Amino acid sequence: MAELVAILATTHHPFFYATSKLPPDQAPPFAAEWVRKVEAYRETLTRARPDVLVMVGSDHFHQLWLDNMPQFLVGKAPFYDANYYNEEREFGLPKLLLTGHEELSGHILRAGLDAGFDFAFSNELRVDHSITCPIFTVRPQNDLPVVPIYTNIFAPPLPRPERFVKLGQALREIIDGWPSDLRVAVIGTGHLSLELGGPRQFGEHGPDPEFDARAVEWIGNGDLDAVLANVTLDSLHSPGNATHGFMDFMLMMGVAGYSKADYVDNLDLFHTMEAYFTWYPNGTRGFADV
Amino acid sequence: MSKYLIDKFLFTIDRDPGLVERYRDDPAGTVAWWEAEQANQILNCIAGEATTWLSFTEEERDALSVQDHVALFQLGAHPFLTLTLWIAMFERDYPEPLSMQRDYGARLAHFNLPYPDITT
Repeated sequence: MAELVAILATTHHPFFYATSKLPPDQAPPFAAEWVRKVEAYRETLTRARPDVLVMVGSDHFHQLWLDNMPQFLVGKAPFYDANYYNEEREFGLPKLLLTGHEELSGHILRAGLDAGFDFAFSNELRVDHSITCPIFTVRPQNDLPVVPIYTNIFAPPLPRPERFVKLGQALREIIDGWPSDLRVAVIGTGHLSLELGGPRQFGEHGPDPEFDARAVEWIGNGDLDAVLANVTLDSLHSPGNATHGFMDFMLMMGVAGYSKADYVDNLDLFHTMEAYFTWYPNGTRGFADV
Repeated sequence: MSKYLIDKFLFTIDRDPGLVERYRDDPAGTVAWWEAEQANQILNCIAGEATTWLSFTEEERDALSVQDHVALFQLGAHPFLTLTLWIAMFERDYPEPLSMQRDYGARLAHFNLPYPDITT
């Protein structure tokens, strides 16, 4: 069977790419520490020597639209073009071409449908920065095939947080049951507290530093009971109007199970807090440095 | 209320560089053209298989025609769509990085939770 070698849950910050490319005399004061932390985080994936990446993100009204909006969608294509004109315009993100892994996509679709998750699918998907930000941060050589999975954290009505956790738990079983000898990593990106297009946006910190601190504790400790006891669809409005992206972190907690993360780091920035978590669910056997 | 149609306007303008400039330069004219020619186009269907019933309310048409992002927020327009398009159109007019975004937020400071519902 396939081996799940690493689970990465992280924020996706579209400004990282451009910030990391600035010469030191033009970079903001926080840039050097941000780059250092991202490079350290990248190593947590590199050392696990993955062969294929399952990537969880959320389309930001690029290809998916309100006339036909899936709640959970799996890409099944040999390639995925990536990034859009308005991401190049606003964030300076370049266009990319990712390679797909249709066999694993097909397995996830079949097993997911059989497990009660009626996934939508796409045979021609252009992915956006929710998928490409972690490529830029943890796999910039973009040399591995991927399976993109999109969740709806953006266009209400949304699935509830419990559903995201259950989907993560199902994905864990589905990947563990894939008849393959490949090493799989799951990378999911979301947000801590975040406000976009509202009165609390672009402050000195994220809109709710107290929520962010609690969230880092929940995720780092693998405390699914606490996060489910404290987070509801309604409660997520309070930390910031785009905080429903936290449900992608909850999905990743479902993948990881009741386990403390093997790697936890964060960085308080203006507008939002960055956070980086990695689990090694089957230990470090076969890692590059073991 | 046609929150969906406001969002559809913001979405289809934002993704087209030519329409971003057209809306910046001629707000009312662009809204009138779009409502007459584009509002009922189903994005994944050919032109002849359009919708027949979508139109703005007067309040919605006015908010878009004068580019009033505060009114759009009150009407329940999706805040990500409005912000993204406003950055594309107006960030260039502000001298400091992020000063446009902070001004945009400050104009919304009178809103308390719960914010207007964005469900379509």
